[in-house]
Amino acid sequence: MNWSFFHKLGSPKWFHDISGRWLPWFAVAGVLLLSVGSVWGLFFAPEDYQQGNSFRIIYIHVPAAFVAQSCYMMLAVAGIVSLVWRMKLADVALKCAAPIGAWMTFVALLTGAIWGKPTWGTYWVWDARLTSMLILLFLYFGIIALGQAISNRETSAKATAVLAIVGVVNIPIIKYSVDWWNTLHQPATFKITEKPAMPVEMWLPLLLMVLGFYALFTVSLLMRMRLEVLRREHKTRWVREVLEKSS
Amino acid sequence: MRRVVWLLFCREWRLAWRRPGDLLNPLVFFALVVSLFPLAVGPEPTMLRSMAPGVIWVAALLATLLSLDGLFRSDYDDGSLEQWVLSPHPLALMVLVKVLHHWLLSGLAMVLLAPLFGLMLALPLSSLPVLVLTLLLGTPVLSLLGAVGAALTVGLKSGGVLLALLILPLYIPVLILGTGAMDAALQGMPVTGYALWLGCLAMLALSLAPIAIAAGLRIGVSE
Repeated sequence: MNWSFFHKLGSPKWFHDISGRWLPWFAVAGVLLLSVGSVWGLFFAPEDYQQGNSFRIIYIHVPAAFVAQSCYMMLAVAGIVSLVWRMKLADVALKCAAPIGAWMTFVALLTGAIWGKPTWGTYWVWDARLTSMLILLFLYFGIIALGQAISNRETSAKATAVLAIVGVVNIPIIKYSVDWWNTLHQPATFKITEKPAMPVEMWLPLLLMVLGFYALFTVSLLMRMRLEVLRREHKTRWVREVLEKSS
Repeated sequence: MRRVVWLLFCREWRLAWRRPGDLLNPLVFFALVVSLFPLAVGPEPTMLRSMAPGVIWVAALLATLLSLDGLFRSDYDDGSLEQWVLSPHPLALMVLVKVLHHWLLSGLAMVLLAPLFGLMLALPLSSLPVLVLTLLLGTPVLSLLGAVGAALTVGLKSGGVLLALLILPLYIPVLILGTGAMDAALQGMPVTGYALWLGCLAMLALSLAPIAIAAGLRIGVSE
């Protein structure tokens, strides 16, 4: 296998060029997926026979929860890459992705609470899965806080990388906690190995929304990373050229 | 190697006994937190009994956190941490000795004190061995995980609150298992499953945490 792309990833200039070319595609895909998915999900998907219209919030809730969880995995992978290969871009990715992940977790919790009121009769229950999302939010806060507390940029990147890896060990335990207490929350909506229990008209828009949220995540991550790369490399010649060209 | 471990242990031991106040403070804190709860919620024995596992575990957790704040501070300040990092012996091993020594003086003391507070919170005698067992398995995890946070915040001035923010979420599985075991014991159900899981976490922490602590200290010292 040709590994040259991997080495190229270490170059901020290359990243800035290539991400500039990718960004419009992700943005267009994100807008298309999100608009089609939300219109389809909110207006055309059939009503749930038990929950009525209130179930439609899953078109926001489930994608946000998906992205929130995979974002933490991404943080850990970026942390490993940063510690093992000393890749500057991994540091940038780790720093830029953490706030987005925290927001996604927050959105998942908020929409879950709004959905819980008509369905369970209460905004919050100490259910395993809700609690583990709350823990995830705290884990994100920890990473963000540690990153901000250390002023030296390299030290802060390394420390957050270690913390992200330590935190990711906790994720399987959180996953298992769902099985330990058999509680209110329904089991996972999508499983790769099984056919979903929902009818096609319900889960297809959900799938679009999930993909749309990933596209949205990618777009905002790339934009944040490009800005951070420009800021870190502001003394180099290529950044000056980029800025002169755009102004 | 064995000699290094022994020498290190003796050094920690001497250092600890020269400042007995530092040893005692977390224990007093533990006792205080536990005794605040009956004052706050009332002396009703049935209520105290149902709350006791949670109260004791949360108090143990906070006391551990408090005692860990300064774990590496004096070593960092006087430069001996740099010598540790430079020395040819594996840093993870030396760190493990230090953390285990810390547990021996703070965690183990809490384990020994816990039955007394269990009695004061109206726990039945038959459930006290379970309390001791779960704390015995759980507190090393608390010390080891907390030391990771202490290592990551070693060079920082405002370490205390940040340490809590970093570490408390990671403590949650231990808390759940520990109190779950106690609840099961109070209802007369078997606790083996919980104890085995706690043992698993203890083994996991013993084998993996020193590596993370060493990595954290290397980062902290390099700053």
